[in-house]
Amino acid sequence: MLSFIGRRILIAIPTVLLISVFVFFMQKLLPGDPVLALAGEDRNPEILEFLREKYRLNDPLYVQYFTWIGNALQGDLGISLRTQQPVLTLIGQKLPVTIQLAVMALIIAIVIGVPAGIVSAYRKGTWVDWLANILALSGLSVPNFWLGIMLILLVSVKLGWLPASGYQPFLDDPLQSIRTMLMPAFVLGTGLAATLMRHTRSAMLGVLKSDYVRTARAKGLSETTVVVKHALRNALVPIVTVVTLLFGELLAGAVLTEQIFTIPGFGKLVVDAVFNRDYAVVQGIVLCTAIAFIAMNILADALYRVLNPRMRNS
Amino acid sequence: MTRNDIILEARGLKRRFVTHKPLFGKPTEVRAVDGVDLQVRRGETLAIVGESGCGKSTLARLLVRLIEPSGGTVHYEGREIGALGDAAMRGLRRDLQFIFQDPFASLNPRMTVGALIEEPLRAHGIGDAAARRDQAAQMLTRVGLSPRHADRYPHEFSGGQRQRIGIARALACGPKVVIGDEPVSALDVSIQAQVVNLLEDLKQEFELTLIVIAHDLSVIRHMADRVAVMYLGQLVEIARTEDLFRAPRHPYTEALLAAIPLPQYGARKVKVSIEGDPPDPIAPPPGCRFHTRCPYAIAACQTDRPALRDLEPGHSVACLRAEELDLTGTADAERSHNPATERRFRLYREARHEELQSTPT
Repeated sequence: MLSFIGRRILIAIPTVLLISVFVFFMQKLLPGDPVLALAGEDRNPEILEFLREKYRLNDPLYVQYFTWIGNALQGDLGISLRTQQPVLTLIGQKLPVTIQLAVMALIIAIVIGVPAGIVSAYRKGTWVDWLANILALSGLSVPNFWLGIMLILLVSVKLGWLPASGYQPFLDDPLQSIRTMLMPAFVLGTGLAATLMRHTRSAMLGVLKSDYVRTARAKGLSETTVVVKHALRNALVPIVTVVTLLFGELLAGAVLTEQIFTIPGFGKLVVDAVFNRDYAVVQGIVLCTAIAFIAMNILADALYRVLNPRMRNS
Repeated sequence: MTRNDIILEARGLKRRFVTHKPLFGKPTEVRAVDGVDLQVRRGETLAIVGESGCGKSTLARLLVRLIEPSGGTVHYEGREIGALGDAAMRGLRRDLQFIFQDPFASLNPRMTVGALIEEPLRAHGIGDAAARRDQAAQMLTRVGLSPRHADRYPHEFSGGQRQRIGIARALACGPKVVIGDEPVSALDVSIQAQVVNLLEDLKQEFELTLIVIAHDLSVIRHMADRVAVMYLGQLVEIARTEDLFRAPRHPYTEALLAAIPLPQYGARKVKVSIEGDPPDPIAPPPGCRFHTRCPYAIAACQTDRPALRDLEPGHSVACLRAEELDLTGTADAERSHNPATERRFRLYREARHEELQSTPT
């Protein structure tokens, strides 16, 4: 298993390098000049030239790339043109927020989506199935910002149960941190729960029809054992795929949700950086997100091997 | 035959499946099993034969309540199993086991072979963990596999080996009745003989009652004590195997027997053949269901539904003209028996015998 993961990490290195090349050069194609953005109203050519020299923007592109990637390999992702903070520090501030939001949203999605999918597959064609499908469809169709605002109106303003916005670092006060994060996580999680429910349902439908589920019933097992032990465990592979992909997406940040609940996460950082032509920040974030995605994929592959013995000796 | 001899009995068993359900109007239904009365005697091997789609697998599943009947009842040891609650039914599954047709799909790919065989034991609370492991190892040995196979996964085995695992699983909890739904049809011919012999040996050893669903008549002839012939969801003939093969009383049985390939050119004197596919079971023909394909059909066959009746003790048939027809069986019984097949079965039996004697138990 360890050698498998090691091999997958080695294979991932060229992928990450390729992504870094893409990110770097695509961004240079964007219209706009970071120096102009930085200099603001003052268009004094000398200052512009000074800034260009300072941030080595006059070097040939490939030199700029190698300087950047060389530093990145040493853990230095550069300095934000805008705030003059090291990019790594910026990411380090936002990452825990985003991870907490992602984990909480995912837990909510799994807790709602997987059981709903199982029940609706098991009771296919009954009113339970219809109800679950209608809820799932609404979950997918209702925009996050609308649901977010409605929740704030109801839960915070009317009922006063949860804070409407803000962020409390988890380590400072875990309970308060979870309380502030609960609504945004719920808004994100319900949308994902719908996706997860649909995938769980279709995977379970396939497995419940299979011969070995009939075998399990013929053995005289209880329905719970049949559904959980024989059916669900075999349906887990597609579910794991969806969960890891969703988690990767969540790590990239949820701009709208963060905006509504004023959570200082990744989403806001990246949007600001793009508008300000803050190259170093955009590059750093995209690189981090890409690595997170690849890590989730490796995790998914490793989980497949745990879940499915047939994938072990390939 | 006393009541006590009957271990499993179906009375007026029916099962309909909805094939198409329009938004408005009546749903279309298939009557897969349409009023079957069947008595299975303790310790016998009963074969149920028929074309694809005649309802024999459905009948098998109804007999152990893997699906619920639309009508009629099944009685096991005099108890109506349809009336049992979930828990009681699960308990009864210890006595009624099933061997499935497809050895590739019927084993959970996520579980080791040992876990698969032990599971019914655990479900029925038989023995402790160590005893169950022993029992699984013993069953594996008994079906010709090795105890060390217990830690492997189903995908690591061949079709024949998997069917042996399926058999070991079915027999592990000590059932009284075992139903095999085409237990060998998915296997190579060379493997079929092994598995058939294994089933026979195990039947002797564990004093089982065996119900075998099949469409391969040569396998049936080899195994079964009695044969029930099914056509479009109904039984058309039940008889002892020799009687049925020697002197069938239903034209459909005759046609089935005529379809057994004979190894010699010109070996068959009379050519009986039925043409076309069976009628649509959604709209079965009136009268005798076989009349559309029957070479002996008369006008009455189109209107009168023949009931299954005893023609002589132990030989029932559902045909209006049963008395007057002189049907051809495989009169020289040996003729239908391929000598090569016979030799294969014999050689294998001898080999097994030696193997059993050389391995200390």
